Amino acid sequence: MNRPGVAQSEGAVEIAPGVHWIGVRDPDLRTFDIILKTANGTTYNAYAVRGNDGVAIIDTVKANFADDFFRRIESIARYDEIRAIVLNHMEPDHSGSLPELLKRAPQAKLYISGRGRPMLKGLLHGDRLEFTAVHTGDSVDLGGRTLRFFQTPFLHWPDTMCTWLADEGILFSGDAFGCHYCDARLFNDAVGDFRFSFDYYYAHIMRPFRAHVLEALEQIEALPVRIVAPSHGPVLRDRPQRYLQRYRELSSPALGKETGELKTLLVFYISAYGSTRAMAEEIAAGAEEAGGVLVSLYDIEGGEVAPFVDLIEEADALVVGSPTINGDAVKPVWDLLSSLATIQVRSKMGGAFGSYGWTGEAVGMIEDRLRGLKLRVPMKGVRARLIPTEVELAECRSFGRDLALHLTGQMENQIIDMATLA
Amino acid sequence: MPKANVTFADVNVTVSVPAGTRLIEVSEKVGAGITYGCREGECCTCLTKVISGHENLGAPSALEDQVLKDNMAPRHHRLACQAQVLKGEVVVIPA
Repeated sequence: MNRPGVAQSEGAVEIAPGVHWIGVRDPDLRTFDIILKTANGTTYNAYAVRGNDGVAIIDTVKANFADDFFRRIESIARYDEIRAIVLNHMEPDHSGSLPELLKRAPQAKLYISGRGRPMLKGLLHGDRLEFTAVHTGDSVDLGGRTLRFFQTPFLHWPDTMCTWLADEGILFSGDAFGCHYCDARLFNDAVGDFRFSFDYYYAHIMRPFRAHVLEALEQIEALPVRIVAPSHGPVLRDRPQRYLQRYRELSSPALGKETGELKTLLVFYISAYGSTRAMAEEIAAGAEEAGGVLVSLYDIEGGEVAPFVDLIEEADALVVGSPTINGDAVKPVWDLLSSLATIQVRSKMGGAFGSYGWTGEAVGMIEDRLRGLKLRVPMKGVRARLIPTEVELAECRSFGRDLALHLTGQMENQIIDMATLA
Repeated sequence: MPKANVTFADVNVTVSVPAGTRLIEVSEKVGAGITYGCREGECCTCLTKVISGHENLGAPSALEDQVLKDNMAPRHHRLACQAQVLKGEVVVIPA
């Protein structure tokens, strides 16, 4: 009986004529790369493609699983037959066994993405490692069949690419369309229900790069794909197009852009005695006055993080208010700001504000975090000691108005001497 | 010290800078949308389009040149963490 998650075959598994899965299984893994949970372990998939002139190995496996990997290669090929090694992605779970493979097959040429050079250097300290950097449209002839390369940057590293075997319609997709789900039955029509793993993997690995996913889909959807062979999880041979479609669905805005030409500004605050709240309301009112901006106001205390993250993903600007308590912004604010690494926030506009008792560090700390997330922070945040005065509330209104002017491109040209910049 | 002007078009701010100033020294302070990763000329996060005045920037180093090639940067694009404003007027916008 084929028991899910239990390794059965020691040898390679044919997925198409002359094309074998030579990966390894890691069924006991429960946490991948610190950040991902997996209820079913994972697989590190690698593949061998045989042509008339030799064999290509596509990806390797994590170094401590190398023995299984080499056993599977040896079940279908001699090392001296290997003429090409392709790394779709340089992360250690796929490049870890490369040094040993190159020792065993020193004649093989190594092909990596044009953007993989610094990764190769950093991971393998491979200054003297010879390789060919390939770009979209480049190919390798194996004799009677050809591997063609597509650069798919940021799915999910800068170097990631896909390799296409046209005669079998197989897309070796790297981490794209993968998931952490280990099942020895291998193929998507044979394994257990892995849909939640597929979506979860997308949400944590691909979602920050969804614009790049959509660009990659433009290339991939044009191909007559019969099998998607990712570097983790099941091989997708049954109706592979539905997984491409699922990526398109997952990459579409969760809430939909319903504001037309209006820019969207979200004002988040948390407030113990109403001071930071009063500032938030003035900022929101000021931004409204400027026009062209749809302003929304949220009390962080009353919401869950996940829907706020969905809102922020779609917004053009984000302003966060926190009181300073014990020299810091408060935990719910950090909970929200630490959850933004799973979405793309680069180049959105950001700002900070808050009331304080005697030090007021929170505003600067939030601004630093926003800059760290690669938001642009065009204006120094506003602070008020304890209960904001009418003057301070007017400053908040002005801050909101100016933010909106920045956001809508209405800010007049300013000429500044660098010496006056802080 | 000779001065030059650099305009960050996305926020409509022009800054008068001493010749030799790198874009990274100014862009964040005025809230321009150029974002940075490694800040050492390797990651290409700060790729910036030079709308005009390209000739007023210092020539790219061998490292910057290689990174621009590796990332298939179009013509008149530079790394803001590396590019130095030498003279005249330069107008930039995030790539």
